[in-house]
Amino acid sequence: MIKVRFFASLKEDLGTTQCNIDWQEGMTVAMLLDRLQTTSETWRDALSNPNLLVAVAQQHAAPDTLLSDHIEVAFFPPVTGG
Amino acid sequence: MDYSVAVGESDFDVNAMLSDLHKDAPQIGAVASFLGVVRATPDQPLQALYIEHYPGMTEAEIVRIIEQAQQRWSLNYVQVYHRVGTLGVGERIVWVAVSAAHRGDAFQACEFVMDYLKTRATFWKKEIFSDSQRWVEQRDSDVQKMQSW
Repeated sequence: MIKVRFFASLKEDLGTTQCNIDWQEGMTVAMLLDRLQTTSETWRDALSNPNLLVAVAQQHAAPDTLLSDHIEVAFFPPVTGG
Repeated sequence: MDYSVAVGESDFDVNAMLSDLHKDAPQIGAVASFLGVVRATPDQPLQALYIEHYPGMTEAEIVRIIEQAQQRWSLNYVQVYHRVGTLGVGERIVWVAVSAAHRGDAFQACEFVMDYLKTRATFWKKEIFSDSQRWVEQRDSDVQKMQSW
């Protein structure tokens, strides 16, 4: 199981802060994103934004980052702190 | 080199933080700091600024930024404090301070940490107005500034 978290405007667009997805051998960030986009039309639209960033195990990651079971993945818009 | 990284809702005491930077450290000859405050918006009166973050990752990312700075300059101590929650115009948001033997290292590392924080640390700002609200969008100029290092 992979715990997926969402932040900021993405969290509001999806209407949830997190969800759990079954892990599969060889799963990458891009594959996880594809899977999440099948949830609904709203999710497909919100998660199709090319500017979205991803973190795996609380570190910035890329679409081809390989996921291990029980890992935490987060999707969010570009950051605006400071 | 040592550092302190914190994220919290409460305000911070600039004088206390500054004195922490060079106490019991006679090798320090320079302290450079940056204080960010909530700015009024030009188009309509800002009622509040809400700042969200990713607890755990935010602090870890700031530590990674400080470690990068440490590899580039000779530093003694780096402090980062970033507020989250709801803030009003004029309130302090962020504090970055660096102490070093020489001012060049302190100035450059302070700016480097701030530029990386703006584009890598997981904070998001939302502007709250009397009848609407909007998430702040990342500025290309902030990304270009970070990439210039």
